[in-house]
Amino acid sequence: MEDFPVLEMKHISKSFPGVMANDDISLQLKKGEVHALLGENGAGKTTLMNILFGIYHADRGEVFINNGKVSITSPSHALKYGIGMVQQHFTLVPSFTVAENVVLGLKDFGFVIKTKTVESKIKELSEAYGLPVNPRARVWTLSVGERQRIEILKLLYTGAGIIILDEPTAVLTPQESDMLFKAIRKLVSEGSSVIFISHKLDEVLAISDRITVLRGGKVVGTVEREKIDRRGLVRMMVGRDVLLDQEKPVVETGRAILKIENLNVKNDKDLMSVRDLSLEIRSGEILGIAGVAGNGQRELAEAIYGLRKKVSGRIELDGHELRQGNVAERIRAGLSFIPQDRKTMATCPNLSVMSNLFMKNSICELVHCSPWKLDGRRMHSKADELIGEFSISTPSAKTEVRYLSGGNLQKVVLARELSNEPKVIIAEHPTRGLDIGAMEFVYKSLLSQKERGAAILLLAGELYEIFRLSDRVAVIYEGQIMGYTPPDPSYIEEIGFMMAGARQEDH
Amino acid sequence: MNDLPSFVISTLQATVRAGTPLLFAVLGTIFTERSGVMNLGLEGLMLVGAIGGFMASYNTSSLVAAVLVAMLAGAVLGLIHAFFTVTLKINQIVSGLAITMLGTGISGLWGKDYIGVIARRFNPIKIPLLSDIPYIGRIFFEHDMLVYISFVLVPVMWFVIYKTRAGMTLRAVGESPDAADAKGINVFAVRYLFTILGASITAIGGAYLSLAYNSMWIENMTAGRGWIAIALVLFATWDPFKALIGAYLFGGITALGLRLQAIGAHISPDFLKMLPYLLTIAVLFFTSTDALKRKVGAPASLGVPYSREERT
Repeated sequence: MEDFPVLEMKHISKSFPGVMANDDISLQLKKGEVHALLGENGAGKTTLMNILFGIYHADRGEVFINNGKVSITSPSHALKYGIGMVQQHFTLVPSFTVAENVVLGLKDFGFVIKTKTVESKIKELSEAYGLPVNPRARVWTLSVGERQRIEILKLLYTGAGIIILDEPTAVLTPQESDMLFKAIRKLVSEGSSVIFISHKLDEVLAISDRITVLRGGKVVGTVEREKIDRRGLVRMMVGRDVLLDQEKPVVETGRAILKIENLNVKNDKDLMSVRDLSLEIRSGEILGIAGVAGNGQRELAEAIYGLRKKVSGRIELDGHELRQGNVAERIRAGLSFIPQDRKTMATCPNLSVMSNLFMKNSICELVHCSPWKLDGRRMHSKADELIGEFSISTPSAKTEVRYLSGGNLQKVVLARELSNEPKVIIAEHPTRGLDIGAMEFVYKSLLSQKERGAAILLLAGELYEIFRLSDRVAVIYEGQIMGYTPPDPSYIEEIGFMMAGARQEDH
Repeated sequence: MNDLPSFVISTLQATVRAGTPLLFAVLGTIFTERSGVMNLGLEGLMLVGAIGGFMASYNTSSLVAAVLVAMLAGAVLGLIHAFFTVTLKINQIVSGLAITMLGTGISGLWGKDYIGVIARRFNPIKIPLLSDIPYIGRIFFEHDMLVYISFVLVPVMWFVIYKTRAGMTLRAVGESPDAADAKGINVFAVRYLFTILGASITAIGGAYLSLAYNSMWIENMTAGRGWIAIALVLFATWDPFKALIGAYLFGGITALGLRLQAIGAHISPDFLKMLPYLLTIAVLFFTSTDALKRKVGAPASLGVPYSREERT
């Protein structure tokens, strides 16, 4: 293989409101190599590739193809330079046939489309690369795996030399993944270059020649496959700056309040994402769930809270089984939820602080008023009380919450979710995007709930946060709990292994 | 069968005449909506077509010029609609209603001096041989040029939409604009083009009213046909041949109403005027349930403005 850079991205930066998605990223792609971009969700992998593919425009930085500087402004532009991308959201027309999708937009056909020749060429390609698909089938009738093959065939058909695959195995069965890997190997052996985006260590180790690890929008480093092992990659991905700086209150744990048995939940793509999961949280205990994002955490939280239907399994709150999909029942039973999505799920941005505080149906108990008529005065005075108690900095209780900062918004959520003394709290990324002050406030609030005797399920991406708060750490991988460790940084490598899919008893 | 009453034949002939303005309006809107742009401005487009065509015919005595001016008038309103909905991404329903009101207003304003005047009109042309076919000949082949154009337009549009590269691009843009974009198709240009083209075809439907059907300019002469055509687009599930069936079905009701009145049947004329609208409601009812079941026909991205950066 030649050491010829077909593509170079230099000093790419891109920020979105409030987030630095890419911070001075440089990347080099050689001819005939598989280059993996490894990092957690939110590390900036997809943003970087969307810049390369012309969907986003970089704030700063340059792109070179075959040592010539280029400016890519749209996907069609990128295709002209031979860059093709298979996005996580497929770009196929469902009502079209496979062949029609492949030739869509291509100019080398006359006014009337002759699908015969296209179909036979697709057949050839799909046989040559081991990507079986029926060119005449309508896309909406096909499985996700088949759709992905069409996306790849689309690129092969146009002869793209640089192929970006964004989390290609996320939707595939293991067999389909093997098929894909074979096709990738054949592609690079013929001189194409592949950028392989993933957060799964095993895959990255199996397929790539070089690996670039991203964290928090920055490049941690680029390494040769031969010169690194799993342990090294885990260190690069997770980072070593995990510190403990404050004591946890010691609370005697009581009976098991939240019990989950053999829970199975599907995600939006209709794939099983929580699989036979069982866990138990006692009163006064915080169970931290560590794991790479997208391994079933969200589905687990939503299923417990009743927002998502479970396929099977049992969820018990303080001895009572919770019915399918009934959120009101759960709220009455003392279950609180702090969702990760503050602006869309946890609050109504255009309503006032007061309205957001009393949005739940526990409102009447909180202000002792009739369920039929809202008592504005009582609500107002209770709102002022909560604003003081949770030190929410807002001009007034009537201010719309969209004017509040992230930290204050989260305090509004905490005030609502914690002030009626819940028995169980599900906290999903409770400090994501917050500054240190607000973070500490969230930690203190959760720890004081623990002291009061609440059972808390903490789903967080940052290990620091998990160590800081939890009494036990569970590691989730593909919807299953791989094992438990004490909340101690000395277990970080073990946790990393389990995050990558190794079972605890494996070593 | 030989003495099939002339009443039936003349009613069927009138059906084609009454259905033609609807057919143009529906065909034009099928083009527009296939690209994902919803257009509710048909009434306005037909009215500017009617007055534009009539003015051109009166002033130039050229019917070709009349049709071209009608199309141009429709195209201008189509361009406004495209600018509002594609570029500014304004709600397509609101913009469509505004086009209706704008077209109604403009046509009323321009038409002030043309009330009661006579302009050159389309006259029936018997097509040799075809018009000699018993019954069929009289029903279909003793009409004017615009009717024949509509006959040709139906299969041509069907062929363009389903069999050509342009039609494939059009359907892709209406179904999944992001897929089209990823293949290098300029979604905005396609939507502009077909919104304007569709509007100008719709406007011919109006011109047919002022140059052939009524052969004069009357304020608001479309009398709700634009609204019926909107329902017919749904009825036709965006297919030109079904549009033909739908347009003639409604044309038939109109024609039958007029005939029955003419022979003095004891049916309230108000009831007959109401029939097309009742049928519209029925059509909407059945297409909605059917469409829900099969989920076919409707362009998936109809009514949704496309914006690249919002995609992810």
